[in-house]
Amino acid sequence: MATLELSLDEEVAVTPARRARRLGPLFWAAIGWMMFVFAAATLAPLLPMPSPTDMDMLERRAPMSALHWLGTDGLGRDELARLIYGARISLIVGLCAPVIGITIGGALGMLAGYFRGRFETLVVGSMDVLLAFPPLILALAVTAYLGQSILNLTCILGVLGIPAFMRVARAATLTLARREFVIAAQALGATHARILLRELLPNVFLPPFAFFLLGAAVTIVVEGALSCLGLGVPPPISSWGSMSGEGRESLEIAPRLAFLPAITMFLTVLSFNLVGDTLRALTDPRQGAL
Amino acid sequence: MTEPALLSVEDVAVDLPTPRGDLRAVDHVDLKIGAGRTLGIVGESGCGKTMLSRAILQLLPKKARLSGRVMFDGQDLVGLDPERLRKLRGRSLAVVFQDPMTSLNPVLTIGTQLIETLQEHLELDGNAAKKRSVELLAAVGIPAPEQRLMQYPHQLSGGMRQRVAIAIALSCEPKLLIADEPTTALDVTIQAQILDLLAREQRRRHMAMILITHDLGVVAGRTDEVAVMYAGRVVERAPTPALFKNMRMPYTEALLAALPRIDAAPHAPLPAISGRPPDPTRPIKGCSFSPRCRYATAQCHREKPALAIAESPDHRYACFHPLKTAAGIPA
Repeated sequence: MATLELSLDEEVAVTPARRARRLGPLFWAAIGWMMFVFAAATLAPLLPMPSPTDMDMLERRAPMSALHWLGTDGLGRDELARLIYGARISLIVGLCAPVIGITIGGALGMLAGYFRGRFETLVVGSMDVLLAFPPLILALAVTAYLGQSILNLTCILGVLGIPAFMRVARAATLTLARREFVIAAQALGATHARILLRELLPNVFLPPFAFFLLGAAVTIVVEGALSCLGLGVPPPISSWGSMSGEGRESLEIAPRLAFLPAITMFLTVLSFNLVGDTLRALTDPRQGAL
Repeated sequence: MTEPALLSVEDVAVDLPTPRGDLRAVDHVDLKIGAGRTLGIVGESGCGKTMLSRAILQLLPKKARLSGRVMFDGQDLVGLDPERLRKLRGRSLAVVFQDPMTSLNPVLTIGTQLIETLQEHLELDGNAAKKRSVELLAAVGIPAPEQRLMQYPHQLSGGMRQRVAIAIALSCEPKLLIADEPTTALDVTIQAQILDLLAREQRRRHMAMILITHDLGVVAGRTDEVAVMYAGRVVERAPTPALFKNMRMPYTEALLAALPRIDAAPHAPLPAISGRPPDPTRPIKGCSFSPRCRYATAQCHREKPALAIAESPDHRYACFHPLKTAAGIPA
C-alpha cells in the first residue's frame, strides 16, 4: 500500500512494466484462466467438438480418448463439451445475478445513505427481512411457482445479492454524503440527481465493484450448489453444478465426472477472488487520499 | 449604510437538537451587507460562524431548526421553494470552504468540476465552458491552466486547490461570496496570497463578500465592517476602522490581545483568553462572556446585555461595562 501512495504523486512516471511487476504472477495466472474460460464459453459453438447433449449409450463413462478428450458422462455425453457449455451457464448466471444485485442494491444503498430518514429505515428494514429469509426456501418456492429456467435462477440469485450490495453502497455513501465537497456542490446549486450521479457515484463505485467480483464467485458456487440439488438449470442443459450433481451417482466408478466440473469451478472462483482482491488492494489507498 | 442591503439577516436563530438537549448555535443574529461590501465575521471555534453561513445558504443539517429571515436581493431565503433556491445558489450566492482538501471532489478532474458548473448555470456549450474555465483558472493565478484542467485535486497543492475552489465559486459571477475560513487550512505565506486574490476578484466583480475567520488580523485590512461573534451571538458590530479604534466589548479586546505581536519581546507569553466558551446546550443566564471576562460584575452574571448603540448607529455592542476606548481616552 505504501508503495502505491508513492505512485499517486508521480503517476506520470509509472510505467506499465512497474505496475505489472507489482501485480505478480498469481494475478496474471488468474486473468489467464478467466480469459481462457471466457473465450471457451463464448466460442463454444465454433469449437470442433461433439455436441454436449448427444448421447452415446455404447460409450457411457468412456475414459479419455482422442474423440472424447475428457471422456463421457453417465449418459455418454462428451464431458469436455458439457464443461464448456456449462461454463456459459455458470458465467451468465455468475455475472448477471451480481449485476442485478449491484444495480438495485447499489442504487438503494446510495439513496438510503444520501437521503437518510424514513426512506433509509424502510430500505434497511426490508433488506433485513430479505436477509432473514432462508435463501434455499426462496429458491425452492420461486422455482416451484415459476419453473426452472436460467432466467429465474439468475433473478433469484440476483435478488438474494441485493442486501449485501445495498449495505456496501450505503456504508460508502454515508461516509461521503456529509463531506464538504457534497455541501460545496449543494452550495453551487447542484440537484440531488447530479450530486448522486456525478459527485457521489464515482466515489462510491469502487467498494461495491470490488465486492461485485467476489459476488460473482459466490454466485457461481451457489448456482453450482443449487444445480447440484436439482434446483438449478433444467436438464439437459449442463452447468458445472448440475454436472457435479450427476457425477455424484457414479462417484465410485468414475470420480472424474464429479471432480472435473468441481475443479473447473474451483479454479474459476479462485480467479475471480484473486482478481477482485488485487483490484481492491490497488484501489484501496485512494480512500486515504480523499 | 445608505444603499439598500444586498443581504440582511434578521433575527436568525439556529437550534441543533443533540442528545444532551437543544444546542443554540446561532442566537438571534442581525446583520446587513450592501452590494460590493465586505463583512468580516470573527469569533473563536464553535461560536456559530459556520452555522450562520450555512443558515444564510440554507444548507443547515436536516435536523436543525431555523427561525428569522434571511433576505437576499429582495426575497426571503428561509422557506424559499427548493428549485428557486437551487438556482440562486451558485449563480448569485457562492461559497468557499475552509478545507480545499475536502471541498473538491477527489475523483473528478478540476476541469470536469469547473466546466460542469458553468454548463449547468450559464448554459454554455462545452467549448465555451472550457474556454471560460481556462480564463477563470488564469484569473485566480494558476499557471498552465489548460493542463490543470486535466488534473485531479490530489495532484495540486493546498494553495492551488483553494484557488480552484475560488475559481469554481466565482465561475458564475455571484453577487455574494461567503468565504468560510478560506485560509485556515493553508500556510501563512499562501494565506496572504489567497486573501489578496479574494479582495482583487471582489473589487473587479463588484460582489459582496462575507469573510469568516477566527483571526482579527485577517479582517483588519480587508473588510468594511466586522461582526464579532461569541457563543452564537453578535457581541460587537462596527465599521472596521471604528472597531479597531474604539472597541467597546471586552471580548473583542481579548481577541485582539491574543494575536501574536511582531514587536513583542521574544518568548513573551501570549495573553490567552482564560477558560472556554460556554457549553451551548446549557445557556448562561447573564452575558455569555461573563465567566471569562475580567470586567464582569454581578449584573453581568444576572442579565443578558442587549446590543447598545455606541457613538455612531453603525457601531453596536452588547456589554454593560464597555471599554472607554482602546487608548484609554474617555469617549
